Amino acid sequence: MRRKLAAIIAGTATAALLLGACGNDGSDDPTDGGSEGSDGPVTLTITLNAIAGGKNAAEAAWIEDWVIPEFEAAMAADGTDVTVVFEPQGVDDEDYKTKISLDLQSGGGADIIGMDGIWVGEFAEAGYIQPLSAVGGSAVEEWEGWDQISDAVQNALSFNGERYGIPQGADGRVLYFNKDLFAAAGLPEDWQPTSWEEVLDAGRALAESGVAIPLQINAGTAMGEATTMQGLLPLLVGTGAEVYRDDQWIGGTDELRDVLEFYRTIYVDEQLGDAVLQQEAAGRDTSFAQFAAGEIGILLEGDYFWRSVINPAEGVGTAPMTNRDEVVGYTRIPAQEPGSGINGQDFVSMSGGTGRVLNPNSDNPELAWELLAFMNSAEAYEARAVDGLNITPRADVNAELLASDPMLTFVSDEVLPITAYRPGLAAYPEVSLALQEATEAVVAGDPVDDALANYADAVAGIVGEENVDNG
Amino acid sequence: MTGEPLLPQAADAPGPRTAAPPPSLGRRMVRHYLSRVLFVVAMGLVLAFFALPMLWLVTAPFDADPSLTVGWPDWTLANFARIAENRYALGSLRNSLVLGLGTMALVLTLGSLAAYALSRVRIPGRDGLLYALLLLSSIVTGTAAMVPTFQLITQIGLINTQIGVILVLAGGVLPTVIFILKDFMDSIPKSYEESARLYGASPLQILTHVVVPTARPGLAFVAVWTVVQVWGNFLVPFLLLRTPESQPAAVLMYTFYTEGGQPDLRLLSAFSLVFSVPVIAMYFLVNRRYGFRFHGGIKS
Amino acid sequence: MSAIDAAAGPRLRRRGRRADDVAGLGRVRAGVFVAPALALIGLFLVFPAVWTIYLGMTNYRLTGLAAANPEFVGLDNFASALTDDAFWHSLWLTLIFVLVSGVIGQTLLGFSIAWALRHVRGWAKSVIETLVLAAWVVPASVASFLWLALLDRRTGTLNALLGTEGTAWLIEYPMVSIIVFNVWVGTAFSMLLFSSALAAVPPSQMESARMVGAGSWQQLRDVVLPNIRGHILTNTLLITLWTFNTFTPYLLTAGGPRDESSILAVYIYTTAIPGGQLGMGAAISLIMLGINLVIALGYLRVARAASGGSK
Repeated sequence: MRRKLAAIIAGTATAALLLGACGNDGSDDPTDGGSEGSDGPVTLTITLNAIAGGKNAAEAAWIEDWVIPEFEAAMAADGTDVTVVFEPQGVDDEDYKTKISLDLQSGGGADIIGMDGIWVGEFAEAGYIQPLSAVGGSAVEEWEGWDQISDAVQNALSFNGERYGIPQGADGRVLYFNKDLFAAAGLPEDWQPTSWEEVLDAGRALAESGVAIPLQINAGTAMGEATTMQGLLPLLVGTGAEVYRDDQWIGGTDELRDVLEFYRTIYVDEQLGDAVLQQEAAGRDTSFAQFAAGEIGILLEGDYFWRSVINPAEGVGTAPMTNRDEVVGYTRIPAQEPGSGINGQDFVSMSGGTGRVLNPNSDNPELAWELLAFMNSAEAYEARAVDGLNITPRADVNAELLASDPMLTFVSDEVLPITAYRPGLAAYPEVSLALQEATEAVVAGDPVDDALANYADAVAGIVGEENVDNG
Repeated sequence: MTGEPLLPQAADAPGPRTAAPPPSLGRRMVRHYLSRVLFVVAMGLVLAFFALPMLWLVTAPFDADPSLTVGWPDWTLANFARIAENRYALGSLRNSLVLGLGTMALVLTLGSLAAYALSRVRIPGRDGLLYALLLLSSIVTGTAAMVPTFQLITQIGLINTQIGVILVLAGGVLPTVIFILKDFMDSIPKSYEESARLYGASPLQILTHVVVPTARPGLAFVAVWTVVQVWGNFLVPFLLLRTPESQPAAVLMYTFYTEGGQPDLRLLSAFSLVFSVPVIAMYFLVNRRYGFRFHGGIKS
Repeated sequence: MSAIDAAAGPRLRRRGRRADDVAGLGRVRAGVFVAPALALIGLFLVFPAVWTIYLGMTNYRLTGLAAANPEFVGLDNFASALTDDAFWHSLWLTLIFVLVSGVIGQTLLGFSIAWALRHVRGWAKSVIETLVLAAWVVPASVASFLWLALLDRRTGTLNALLGTEGTAWLIEYPMVSIIVFNVWVGTAFSMLLFSSALAAVPPSQMESARMVGAGSWQQLRDVVLPNIRGHILTNTLLITLWTFNTFTPYLLTAGGPRDESSILAVYIYTTAIPGGQLGMGAAISLIMLGINLVIALGYLRVARAASGGSK
């Protein structure tokens, strides 16, 4: 018995360590090599926050089933022996960001890394990434794709006027509404509000007709960036203000006060929305499910909602609506008053976007660029569209593919021209959090002035008093 | 809900009744029944409190369409088939085993050696050292030390290896393990060791042949505790391992969410059960075989 | 096992330390025995910890300019943490959390179960012990999901049972929720420790107490508690440290709503990762370490005073 125990411990120790050692086979850090040069086979790696059976599964499948075999074959035809390895992740964005930061900081990491456009500024400032041409060489400037990608879309992965990566798509925000509920409330099927007041009027009519949640405009910190992008910022640009303009961050201005007042009207004064939902951990998902179930009248969301949430296609939507095309209407987000939006616009939107960058630590930067360019070729986007249509960054592909989907055509034609982007600066995520906290305070019932003052303090603490525009 | 259930007078009811003679028979009977009823009610509340959250874990995995509400399942085993369909799920359980058992073995070996020496020999400042390490372990397992840990493991070339993860996890739990084991060994009677020594056994032999067998319940406790710590750890393996093929179940579980963060309840419920069963089974096995005791107390 | 239990008696009447080294280990060999563990701890625990202390004195961030060129800011982080209301709020929540869920909740419930079941045998005991233990060994990610399902506002089992449809427990009662959750998770440790401790109380002492007519309450106070004082201290010390540092409540409430359940471990995480301020996060970790240290020293003082007074 005594010996047995000791033997068991020793045995498991050895077995575990051996297993651990084997488990490591074949997953050696690809960037450690360095001596591979051009004579041996070259390994390129891609890391994205996408994984089979989880987050962004379609993108992961596209990488594995199309990009890797096609690129390897194309390279082999050129006489270059390339192996492409995909290192999928599939976790919370913050965790993913932490992981790629640590990778890049330690001089490692995959050759091509997927990231959110708003991280580009802070990664560039940290020295983790460099402009594409500095990494990929002269071939970058000569790439045919740049002519197909509008400057505004390119900006999503740019910083200080330099391109750091290639965006993988374009998106826009609109107001979705449930036509059945609208009909019951006596509202038109082709609704197009021209001011916030008209949105509120529609909400009041819906409330009167018995709709439990007439309006859902994201608020609070639990929804994270979804609050900023699908709530506060589209409203803010409707007042003519921007979160960052002329080297100044927005402080406690009248425009921001108007936005917070609008939140207060919806969630506190008139109870046209579900204030508790804004604080729930899975609040955004719940709002999706409720919209799909016909419980929400009006919802401010991105085109993502149309293609990946309520999409009735088998296994695509997370809250599919079989009658989506008949029941769900969409319309542009009005400015506060006609003409009060940025650039004097009547309608506004916000766009963001993810993309992919090159790792400056790459041993084979030119080949990595070839792979990145290949992933952004017209045929690559066409292959990607097989599993579900997106608005691609490329005008040529959009012209060909989007015609089949009126909603995405609408976003591409009507929304993208009036959209605005977030500043790709390192301080943005923190300012965004402060804005979310301001909406959370208002929705929870705090006076607008208090929330505004707290926000002004917070933003001054983040970027310094001198960089804040308090109106 | 937490402290109210058990009144001490209720609790002595099932004990052997050999106490001093009560004032009167009638009063005694009433008191006896009352305390019995209270006892049963209290135990029922405790049972409900601990069982209620668990119900989902034993029903949802077998339900064809699980929701968050506990209900009588529409029986199916199809959810478990989804685990096999997920490319990484089974491998992640194996990785969890490797990390758990590896850390456990390392920690038990080093921990019992150190705890024994600290228990039997007065090394200057040993108590202070032990408490200092115990406190340090609390910050290093947290988020703040993430960057130093990552850099260290990168520098010594153990990034993306299970061994790197095992070493970091072992470093984190060892102080607590030594602390608990030392308490345990302090309480082992010295007479066994004295006689073993008379027969010429070396200190290492005494440790492996006399002390370790006697301290079995404590080692068993520490083993289960260590595996539980490792089994649920997300941050360390997530950061130190790169590919999903090498990630343990605690990390992989977080990939069973859609882009919007919606949990895949079929996969999640079945996987949660499969993920929990090994640690529960391990407790049973260890308990049956070695007894499962925590023993010890701070002595001054 | 019986050897261990029997050992508890003599242990309480411990002799001096000179007789401890019965195996003839000697200091040198003892050093050899301790060395591997210390080396591992030194490299993978102390080294990162010291590095963390240094980070706490910089404005280091994971990204942005401060990642490329972190500046040494001395004690600025400590000063700004200690003058930040959010920190004090978080510390206050942590103290409540530790006191109510750990020191009171887990300890009392764990002791009560151990006490109540001390003479019970058979299936009832097994079922209760198993459930309590299962809550403890189930991985944190699973445990938190079970509670999310239980407390869900719309389809949660608790609302269905209590008929309180629409109550968002995690939002309306965030601290109560994480406290009850933590009691559920952690009671097993106290239960185990106290059931061993109770088994080790010399039956003869209990018997004599009964002979003189002591009730349960008196037995508990006069015989049991003095006998298990060491266990109570071990339990309280470890529970306090563990509860102080547990991060699992984040999985239930993410510190919200509006930081109402933002205990220190969560506050550090939100400062360091989503907030990006790793230097500040490290500084707050050190403050937390200091608080832990004060608490641990306090317990040891109590232990010393108590044992000094009882002999």
